[in-house]
Amino acid sequence: MKKSNMAIGLSEEQGMLLDTAREFCRDRSAIPAVRALLQSESGFDAQVWQEIAELGWLGVAVSEAHGGSGLGMGSAIPIVECMGKRLLSTPYITTVLVAEALQRAQSHALCERHLPAIVGGQIATLALLESEDWGEETIELTATDAGGDLQLAGSKTQVAYAVQAELFLVSLTYQDEARLLLVPASALGEGAVRRQTNIDETRRSSRVDFTGATVSSDHLLSGDAAAIIRDLRLLGALLYAAEAAGSTAACMDLTVDYLKTRKQFGHLIGSYQSLKHPMVEVLCDMDNARSFVYHAATLVSEASLDEDAESACRMAKAQASEALKFAADRAVQFHGGMGFTYECDAQLYIRRAQWSQQAFGDAYHHRKRLASLLLD
Amino acid sequence: MSDHAPSASELADFRAEVSGWLEEHNPADPGFLLPQTFMEVGSDQQLEFLREWQHKLWSAGYLGVHWPEQYGGRGMHPAFQNEINRELRRHRTPITFNVIGLGWAGPLILDIGTEEDKAKYIKGILSAEDIWCQGFSEPDHGSDLGNAQTRAVRDGDDYIVNGSKIWTTMGNYAKYMILLARTDPTTKRKYDGLSFFLSPMHGTGIDTRPIQKITGEYGFTETFFTDARIPSSCLIGGEGNGWRVAMQTLQYERGAAAGAAGGQVQVRVSIADLIDEVRSVKRDGAPLLEDPVIRDRLVQLIMDEKALGLADKRSTLGDLNSDYPMSLLLSYKLRVSEYQRRMRQYGLEIQGGLGGLYVGDEDTIAGGFWQRAYFNNFATTIGGGTSQIQCNIIGEQVLGLPKS
Repeated sequence: MKKSNMAIGLSEEQGMLLDTAREFCRDRSAIPAVRALLQSESGFDAQVWQEIAELGWLGVAVSEAHGGSGLGMGSAIPIVECMGKRLLSTPYITTVLVAEALQRAQSHALCERHLPAIVGGQIATLALLESEDWGEETIELTATDAGGDLQLAGSKTQVAYAVQAELFLVSLTYQDEARLLLVPASALGEGAVRRQTNIDETRRSSRVDFTGATVSSDHLLSGDAAAIIRDLRLLGALLYAAEAAGSTAACMDLTVDYLKTRKQFGHLIGSYQSLKHPMVEVLCDMDNARSFVYHAATLVSEASLDEDAESACRMAKAQASEALKFAADRAVQFHGGMGFTYECDAQLYIRRAQWSQQAFGDAYHHRKRLASLLLD
Repeated sequence: MSDHAPSASELADFRAEVSGWLEEHNPADPGFLLPQTFMEVGSDQQLEFLREWQHKLWSAGYLGVHWPEQYGGRGMHPAFQNEINRELRRHRTPITFNVIGLGWAGPLILDIGTEEDKAKYIKGILSAEDIWCQGFSEPDHGSDLGNAQTRAVRDGDDYIVNGSKIWTTMGNYAKYMILLARTDPTTKRKYDGLSFFLSPMHGTGIDTRPIQKITGEYGFTETFFTDARIPSSCLIGGEGNGWRVAMQTLQYERGAAAGAAGGQVQVRVSIADLIDEVRSVKRDGAPLLEDPVIRDRLVQLIMDEKALGLADKRSTLGDLNSDYPMSLLLSYKLRVSEYQRRMRQYGLEIQGGLGGLYVGDEDTIAGGFWQRAYFNNFATTIGGGTSQIQCNIIGEQVLGLPKS
């Protein structure tokens, strides 16, 4: 085994973002606000989204030339962690990833045209996944030449906030090569977007049929698309890991509060070791997830992710997926009969845990790839 | 100790010198298994080997270099000892086994001992001539030190001691013990009746009985005091201050800057060692490391080990600890000892038929290292407060859960 990279730090900017985001997410996303959005069409508060844009958070990793602050993807991590802690769901993760892809591709014209709008709050979304298989490398969706334009055939699943998105970044096969194409929502046909029912009701995703859409070929991103897709998947995994780490802490706090107040058989139930000790396990899992998340945040940069960064992102996702899954499972159980009800907030976390674990690959997916990196 | 903080280049030069010396003097494999911690010194053969090694290291000027010159140190800055410790680790040297002397008794005596104490004890600790042991735990009060019942009653210039201590490491080899005993059984708070002694181990009324561990080896004793007379000059820190002195003693372990003499406290066992050693093991007719189930579990263990290292570094980043400030510090012992248990157990579990053999059999992997390492690790998940007690402490102090 080669020597392990143990870098972990928090820049002054990251620290400031952490402070601001903690406060903002607490104020804007109290549990009643979260619950009020569960059955809404969009799933997020347009006013809050606009405030997020005004805070400059959509541009933390966008270069200054395009209206951002150029702090790198590591700076989105504290923001997303805080959003996770307050279950604040918005198109933030997916929009930030699209901006990142445009920059990594160094498609200057596309960057000039779209990044300032994205930084200002235009919703953009990623369309990568075609089936349940996050490990699939082959891309079925195709583009063919049609008189200077490209004509698409195929569909994507779990496209986040597709109903509201103005831009879709789509992975596809063109001339036998993987490519990324920016598709404006206006190119989609009637009925192309079918909203999915999400296990986590704070999320919104759709199946999107791109068949028949015609897009100018200058919307193709330059650069090595396969490498960019790989980086996007790793960064997506890291962002979801940061969010899950935040949600794990919140879920733990919820359970701990209950264990401190609920009495059974004459004792506060938190005094029973059969409940206390698993909560310590939850705490340690959460701490480990947080360590991996900030370790990865320290290693990612605007360059293509190296092996250390890849390894860190995968560990973060594997650890955070498991941590939230365990914390939420115990939250329901330890709330007793109350925990079985929709009214109890434990449901918010156990539903989120199932969504989060699969997003950008579950723990097995990442550990399988870590095994190749670390054991061979 | 020198107050002058050495420059980076001074430290680098020193480190190179130490490294050079170790290249030449790090002992070769003696042909028998060496202890990974000071709690595993189970035979005269091991003891003599380790005594010789520590003496050689001290004679070369590489142990307790920040301790005062007149007592056997070199009066240097603690940063130099830290450099030595790092080189010892890197060269994977045998342990400096007189741990209770080097890390607990020595720094305590230098801090609060009399001039006579320092002259009498310190050099013997460094040279390994005088082995020290610790008498805190008692048979009926394993994790509850404050409840120690061994009695010490003042009688003229002596104290008369009665009671027994357990888990005395190297009790059969030690010349001195740091002893926590009750001088006043009537205090309101149990802690206030305790006193701390630098007790001799040889004398009438002091007997040891070796304890055979699950490994079949020795390393600990039970120590019995039966009307044993120890001079009142053995008292350190004043009567009734034993608990405070004991807590102070535990602080030195944290390294040279905290006062410990340094050295190689334990041989670190890492998942990397395990992976290297099982490369040749076969499962289903193919190399073990190609089995997907095994690979998944190994990655989990690699992550657990890495998380410990990251937690150590993260604990210094204030902003990332503000919500649960004591979490990483209080849970470290639990996490590291339980990780080691799981990892070592797995090291044995994946050996197939070889896991059924034991130390002494020539077919074992690394002489049965993993078998012994797994069993011995229970000293860390039980000693110093069991993992279950640690969970209570963390649950109550970090999460604020009600007392059990």
